[in-house]
Amino acid sequence: MSTRKPYVRPMTGWWLKNPVYIRYILRESTAVFVGIYAVILLIGLIRLSSGEAAWNGWIDAMRSPGAILFHCVALGAAVYHAITWFAVAPKVMPPLYFKGEKVPVEKLVTAQYILAGVIYLVLLGLILWS
Amino acid sequence: MANNEKTIEIEVLRYRPEEDDKPFLQSFKVPFTDDMSVLQGVQYIKDYLDGSVSFRWSCRMAICGSCGMMINGVPKLSCKTFLREYYPGKITLEALKHFPIEKDLVIDLSDFIGKLESIKPYIVPDAPRALEEGEYLQTPRQLDRIAQFSSCINCMLCYAACPQYGLKPEYLGPAAIALLHRYNEDNRDSAKAERMQLLNAHEGVWGCTLVGYCSEVCPKDVDPAAAINRNKVNSTIDYLLRFVAPRGGN
Ligand code: SF4
Ligand code: FES
Repeated sequence: MSTRKPYVRPMTGWWLKNPVYIRYILRESTAVFVGIYAVILLIGLIRLSSGEAAWNGWIDAMRSPGAILFHCVALGAAVYHAITWFAVAPKVMPPLYFKGEKVPVEKLVTAQYILAGVIYLVLLGLILWS
Repeated sequence: MANNEKTIEIEVLRYRPEEDDKPFLQSFKVPFTDDMSVLQGVQYIKDYLDGSVSFRWSCRMAICGSCGMMINGVPKLSCKTFLREYYPGKITLEALKHFPIEKDLVIDLSDFIGKLESIKPYIVPDAPRALEEGEYLQTPRQLDRIAQFSSCINCMLCYAACPQYGLKPEYLGPAAIALLHRYNEDNRDSAKAERMQLLNAHEGVWGCTLVGYCSEVCPKDVDPAAAINRNKVNSTIDYLLRFVAPRGGN
């Protein structure tokens, strides 16, 4: 007779049991802030289409301390997400070869920061210029 | 020798299926020297303190992949981890997470073995090759595409690191997908179309949410997370190609 009785351990509260999991949950929850930010922008667009008074109302709402605080938090969340994304993106894409050598992951990570920096500068230039 | 011998406390999560309804911690005081691995610590317990403690091991040199356990909550090869790293603190040992405990530190690994078999972890050549035709040739670059993923020793530490596997045991999981990728990327293989079906399934690459811990704990730098996520791209392309070519473009 078999005396086997495999014991399956419960998964309750798994996300608190390891700092890696906590960081993972943090990374995933940044999506909530980015999502709310997108909704706010969308509302702005709708207000814009419904006339000057509506638009000015939205702008005023954006100037409230609460709105500014939220935007700071959302920016922090987006930056944190970008950093984690930049760290993994080169690993999850097929290997790049340059002159027969595999391009090291660290170089690709740096390249992403440079690219992002250039894009921001161009955007900033466009905004200041217009 | 005896002078520089220290003593470390090792707690082992015991589970004896005949007697216990659930696991419990049992503490042991183990004398050790700086060159002793955690595995040697457990062997000391079995030899001198309690012969009923069960665990798996074979090579003692990080090659057979059988001695994996949770060491203070982190999946590690016990033969590659030293007692001195934890001294003067204590060590808590537990069977690899996310697998059923068979007894003490021994897990039931049949689920993983089944998954490993399902991905056809061998080269399936296009046509049988006669001996006179010689060996299959491979360029250094072709080897480079698979070398990292072929270093897997099936130790299952990555499964113990993956909460998605713990939550959904039907998920194919890190090592099986890394090995699947290793054979799919092999220029001598031709079973990609069959393996893609496993990848495309809900239990395939899409079971992964990129926690990334599997790659951190892997003792062989296989980076299973990279293999999985590269195949999210492959799986998407395969899906789109299905509309154009009936066999998913393979
Ligand atoms: S991928 Fe790494 S951690 Fe996972 S089974 Fe293979 S060697 Fe072990
Ligand atoms: S005993 Fe073989 S890997 Fe540890």
